[in-house]
Amino acid sequence: MNVRVQREGFDPGAELSVFAQGRRDVGGVVSFTGVVRDEAGTLDRMEIEHYPGMTQSAITAMVEQATRRWSLVDCLVIHRHGALRPGDQIMMVATAAAHRVAAFEAAEFLMDFLKSRAPFWKKEFSSDGSEWVASKLEDEDALTRWAE
Amino acid sequence: MIDVLYFAWVRERVGLPREQIQTDARTVADLVEELRAREERYDVAFSDLSALRVAIDQELTDFTAPLAGAREVAFFPPMTGG
Repeated sequence: MNVRVQREGFDPGAELSVFAQGRRDVGGVVSFTGVVRDEAGTLDRMEIEHYPGMTQSAITAMVEQATRRWSLVDCLVIHRHGALRPGDQIMMVATAAAHRVAAFEAAEFLMDFLKSRAPFWKKEFSSDGSEWVASKLEDEDALTRWAE
Repeated sequence: MIDVLYFAWVRERVGLPREQIQTDARTVADLVEELRAREERYDVAFSDLSALRVAIDQELTDFTAPLAGAREVAFFPPMTGG
């Protein structure tokens, strides 16, 4: 299990090539990479603020929960903060499990929780000014499907 | 003394990222009332609690939570990670 909160960029391919390497009990690896999107064509950069004292422990708690629930063999979460440009990678989740359904579900669970329970806040800077990204009701609703 | 932290637009409206506060507030909601009574910038930042989240000692909680023993209280808008 590996949780990294960092300012620096990362190479998803390189991360994936060493993820769960050497394990003989893995039947499937699922990965997701989040990228800065410029929907209106006016985005200069995005700045991601976080709560340093809480971020690592909040994500680690999610990963531990997912690992127990889906019997993950390995799990990786990388989430960046600071200034990012359109096309930059924001974050990455990788899950390794004996079976693909577990790997897919655990990755979706982690994505849903990272979205609205990890202490990050995005601010977009465009040619029209700057604006905090508002949370979406559907992101909050997405958590209810994981209630046990 | 309690450390109070502000993030994102709460930080911008209050005008600082953190401060130490001497308070006898029993709950988070009491602390919010104290802050709002202080100055207009706090009143503006805390005008709609449904738009805010709170953590005590780095754990998410709610506004009815007691402050007894708390070292750090953080206020912020709903998170937008991922």
